[in-house]
Amino acid sequence: MSTSSHFTVPQTIEEATALLLRHGPAARVVSGGTDLMVQVRITGSYPEHYVDIKHIPDVNVIDWQADHLLLGAAVPCAVLSEQEDLRDNFPGLIEAAELIGSTQIQSRATLGGNLCNASPAADTVPALMALDAEVVIAGQQGSRNVNITDIVTGPGSTALAIGEMVVAFRIPLPTAGSADAYQRFIPRTEMDIAVVGVGVNVTIDGSGTCTAARVALGAVAPTAFVAEEVGEMLVGSDLSDSTLVDAGKLAAALARPISDRRGTAEFRRDITEVLTRRTAALARDRARARG
Amino acid sequence: MAKIHVETTINGDPTEFLCEAHQSLSEVLREELNLFGTKEGCTTGDCGACTVILDGRIVCSCLVLAAETQGCSIETIEGVADGEKLHPLQEAFLENAALQCGICTPGFILAAKNLLERNPDPSEHEIRYWLAGNLCRCTGYDKIVRAVQQVAAIR
Repeated sequence: MSTSSHFTVPQTIEEATALLLRHGPAARVVSGGTDLMVQVRITGSYPEHYVDIKHIPDVNVIDWQADHLLLGAAVPCAVLSEQEDLRDNFPGLIEAAELIGSTQIQSRATLGGNLCNASPAADTVPALMALDAEVVIAGQQGSRNVNITDIVTGPGSTALAIGEMVVAFRIPLPTAGSADAYQRFIPRTEMDIAVVGVGVNVTIDGSGTCTAARVALGAVAPTAFVAEEVGEMLVGSDLSDSTLVDAGKLAAALARPISDRRGTAEFRRDITEVLTRRTAALARDRARARG
Repeated sequence: MAKIHVETTINGDPTEFLCEAHQSLSEVLREELNLFGTKEGCTTGDCGACTVILDGRIVCSCLVLAAETQGCSIETIEGVADGEKLHPLQEAFLENAALQCGICTPGFILAAKNLLERNPDPSEHEIRYWLAGNLCRCTGYDKIVRAVQQVAAIR
């Protein structure tokens, strides 16, 4: 355990990334702290440098642009769920955000933290993948946008370089006839980690034909991933119940789950099938209601 | 390494303290400020015993760095009663026998108080979900939920 630690509150991205670069792995970003503080307890060792980024304006934006939403990485989930326009436009993302932890955790937990903690079971990651979100990453050389699918590289690891931080998400706005949904399975009704999580975003045209679909699976592989083949199966269909049954079976075949105390691999495959079907139906029904 | 000087408002009173960067708010409340009403159960954000209200939202104070609270307003169980006069929730917990050992009680009272300030007439469902991050291992939850419902009803 380090014997002394430092706490810094940068006011700008430049300040924050300079600190992260200077201190390298000895520095940890503090946003809501709900995962970081637990890691410190479990490992018994705390970082030398805490960099509290949540007072930087850029990580707190909720900015509706012409074709996308720019959503700050450090907006707490409780704040997200209080935004009616967010709920109206991205019901699936809000469903996912609201599932993270208790009321107390909701007050602090953030989308940026959920992503960078890099758990395979993170709820908002499949939801953001279904929405084809881009992640705005800042470093000393400026910022770059990376698709959300390319951030998490394995349990606990990300593609962020030393000195980089997640600033915001660029989420394409829903078009007429598109809608998202997220569902997960846990062994109780609240306060647990996903055994399986499924995010779906579909678009239907005036005749009810699916013109775009993304299905993302969480907790059934080392990282959440977009099940491309499932989306391809849905496009061109009318998203009938029987099509969704087939989509569920395909998703289950694409899952690569492990067995752990929350469920066996076989159980996770079964749940993947059921949840894919149900979540796709929910997204479809929302899209029909919007279209 | 110099300690960090933090200025906060705790239960309405301007309060300054010194802390190490890694110290949690719950640790500082208890060990530096002698506010022992805030309990530490799991220290991993699962039990809710350390719940305090931070700038109007309930948090697990074990998952908050004390240094993060610079400029913040914090409400702990010590600030809930008005002098000797108990808060209606405290009265209702007593009347309904909604506590036995009492370790979880400060967290439940603060969480319930925050709920009723936001939603004066919550359904039982809403109460149970709001309080899902507070664990009780003595009475179970029915008496606690009834105590909260009782206060909501008389307001």
